[in-house]
Amino acid sequence: MNELIGLIIITVGVVFDFFGVLGLLRLPDVYNRLQAATKCITLGTCGIMLGTFVMNGFTGLGIKALIAIPFIFFTAATGSHALARGAHKFGIKLWHKSVCDKYREKVTTDKGNK
Amino acid sequence: MIYTLIVILAGIAVLCFIRVWRGPTMADRMVAVDMFGILVVGITPLLALLYKREFLIDIGLAWIFISFIGTIALAKYLEGKKFDE
Repeated sequence: MNELIGLIIITVGVVFDFFGVLGLLRLPDVYNRLQAATKCITLGTCGIMLGTFVMNGFTGLGIKALIAIPFIFFTAATGSHALARGAHKFGIKLWHKSVCDKYREKVTTDKGNK
Repeated sequence: MIYTLIVILAGIAVLCFIRVWRGPTMADRMVAVDMFGILVVGITPLLALLYKREFLIDIGLAWIFISFIGTIALAKYLEGKKFDE
């Protein structure tokens, strides 16, 4: 029974990974690609780890897979945030159909207040 | 079953290199390499399940931190340059 539930969770994770890479390939802009890929691939990889934990229980492999989940969450989110900030400072334009740029508004108002 | 999932995940990870190859800017390539690292971390527990070797997931745990440090370094490098340089 545990084997079946673990396999189902792992398959759902692989499907999430596939949709993340599809977003990485098809979306028009750096920022759109970044958000699609980061969210879907983080959840998919955490799903694979959770499925491994369900299949193995509290053995060495299962505990290590459980420990890896928060590490993946924190490092993927922090790294993608740093990449988005670096890309904005690098001067990459938004897509021509994007409607609002909150970060630029915040930077200009901060400069005005000084 | 697990073997099939490993093959599918490896194919998905190779698809990231299409974005590395065609990406119009430097940031696109960095995003694709970052995502490739996380996908490889997802392959390692499946390999550990397939071969019944526990140490294979340790490679994934180490890879997370190496990939994180690399991403932070690339982002800082990107921040210091301008678009036309």
